[in-house]
Amino acid sequence: MKQKFNVITSTCVPLPLENVDTDQIIPARFLKATTREESFFGDNLFRDWRYNADGTPNPDFVLNDSTYSGCILVAGKNFGSGSSREHAAWAIAGYGFRVVISSFFADIHKNNELNNFVLPVVVSEDFLAELFTCIKADPKMTVEVDLPNQTVKNLMTGRSEHFDINGYKKHCLMNGLDDIDYLVQNQKKTEEWEQLNK
Amino acid sequence: MNTLFDKIWDKHVVQVVEDGPTQLYIDRLYCHEVTSPQAFDGLRARGLKCFRPENIYCMPDHNTPTHDQDKPIEDPVSKKQVDTLARNAAEFGLTYYGMMSKDNGIIHVVGPEKGLSLPGMTIVCGDSHTSTHGAMGAVAFGIGTSEVEMVMASQCILQQKPKSMRININGKLGKGVTAKDVALYLMAKLTTSGATGYFVEYAGDVVTALSMEGRLTLCNLSIEMGARGGFIAPDETTFEYLKGCEFAPKGEAWDKAVAYWKTLKSDKDAVFDKELSFDAADIEPRITYGTNPGMGIGITSPIPSNGRGEEKALAYMGFKPGQKLLGTKVDYVFLGACTNGRIEDFRAFASIVKGRQKAEHVIAWLVPGSWAVDCQIREEGLDKVLEAAGFEIRQPGCSACLAMNDDKIPAGKLSISTSNRNFEGRQGPGARTILASPLVAAAAAVTGVITDPRTLL
Repeated sequence: MKQKFNVITSTCVPLPLENVDTDQIIPARFLKATTREESFFGDNLFRDWRYNADGTPNPDFVLNDSTYSGCILVAGKNFGSGSSREHAAWAIAGYGFRVVISSFFADIHKNNELNNFVLPVVVSEDFLAELFTCIKADPKMTVEVDLPNQTVKNLMTGRSEHFDINGYKKHCLMNGLDDIDYLVQNQKKTEEWEQLNK
Repeated sequence: MNTLFDKIWDKHVVQVVEDGPTQLYIDRLYCHEVTSPQAFDGLRARGLKCFRPENIYCMPDHNTPTHDQDKPIEDPVSKKQVDTLARNAAEFGLTYYGMMSKDNGIIHVVGPEKGLSLPGMTIVCGDSHTSTHGAMGAVAFGIGTSEVEMVMASQCILQQKPKSMRININGKLGKGVTAKDVALYLMAKLTTSGATGYFVEYAGDVVTALSMEGRLTLCNLSIEMGARGGFIAPDETTFEYLKGCEFAPKGEAWDKAVAYWKTLKSDKDAVFDKELSFDAADIEPRITYGTNPGMGIGITSPIPSNGRGEEKALAYMGFKPGQKLLGTKVDYVFLGACTNGRIEDFRAFASIVKGRQKAEHVIAWLVPGSWAVDCQIREEGLDKVLEAAGFEIRQPGCSACLAMNDDKIPAGKLSISTSNRNFEGRQGPGARTILASPLVAAAAAVTGVITDPRTLL
């Protein structure tokens, strides 16, 4: 939570699947928690792909493959579709990911990641495909995500791309601030709006 | 030259943050038990109260059992989550509709039917199917729990303004084709991400002719195309539905409201970022065959062999490219959810099963979306029709749509469901879900296999 963001260089965990929905990121039966214990959600990240029905780890799933590690998750396009459950972002953060790279994110999930200081980085299809190839070729290759300069760089090939984020949110991430701080500070403006419109 | 979306959004702008999002005023926040407890905890940690508690309505729906609601919930974890919402609502001074209260039901069914969701409003809830309320002519969208906390603390949310899309569906729907089929058709055409980044206005002859229930179904499924929300300009159908509702304006206030609501339409020369048109004649009763709602076909069509990387989904479902699904044996039928748990859906289901019998091997769960729907089912005598055909009506809640209560489809079983998502494990670990309309669900329930409902009408 509220971990200030600057430049991150890390190895990557590849998940080359498209349309990964939030039911897969964290199944509904784990949404009954009434607290925000990220370790609980992190332990159950991708639960039904990560564990067999009998609770044993599925050796074919990437999180159970010690070849891959790091705080950057690289996923296929349309990541986080479906349910608005923020538990999915808590699970990603709780597992230890700080960045998710994909060519396309679902809207609600993207906001949820940002609100939990996980940075969604949108890259071109081409950049993503190359990245998956590089990770496969050398699981120890690293990627540099530079928030101040809004660049993501594949350090194996040297290829770099610019990514978008609005100035306000970037400021929040770099300084550990959130939207609630901002909105509470701006309550007077809200009251003025109410007087004009209610 | 403004779109209706622009008009409602712009009216609610408190300010635009420099190089950032918009601070948008929210008229209505709904809370259920799953996505709110951490928001209340957040308020407590910051020492904040709800800024406008009178605009917030809470009700449990996801965990509620669909039987014996008068007894304590058996699952202690579910019970704790529901009890937590009751306690939080009391502590923060919010309206709470508890289980067994005649006001309880699925939020997205209760809000419209009580007139809490009105044209021109901005409405949010920690639930992606908040898009449902767009059917009332409102800008309604799902949000995460941090955003729920934002709205509780400030009655505002920070959001980037989405792009606008209009989807026109022209012509007339054929026999046995419903709003659900229209939505399933659109999802297959647009894919589950085709409308991401957009707010969708639905228009055209078909949409104008839809009942409120049909419109709620259509808007409910906007999120399954990736759209943050979908809405329909309010018209006489909307006003008729709202008149006399508990929270709808009354007397002079009603006349004034209707006069304003009549102005809520896109200007003739409004320009949308994207505009699509479809012909109703191309839509037949539909089913899904894969593990996202965009993987759908007309009920008589074969599963496509398009090499779109659907192998994982088909392996999960146990289907093959080129296979036709008519005649496939069905284990479970689920009628309900915020998608199809309204009175019209029960009427449709009853119209097929009337005078027939439930197939012996099929387990059917018929779950009204609210107690008000349950009450109307009984008033109209539909309960008698359903019971005579071997069906039982359960108590309201989200139920098998996401299986957070006991209504779980066992691993490997095939379910025809009127809900909104066929994701892997959505209805229970290993469950295989086919999404369909109440007519298709009813046809499967009485024949025991996937059946074209037009052959039974």
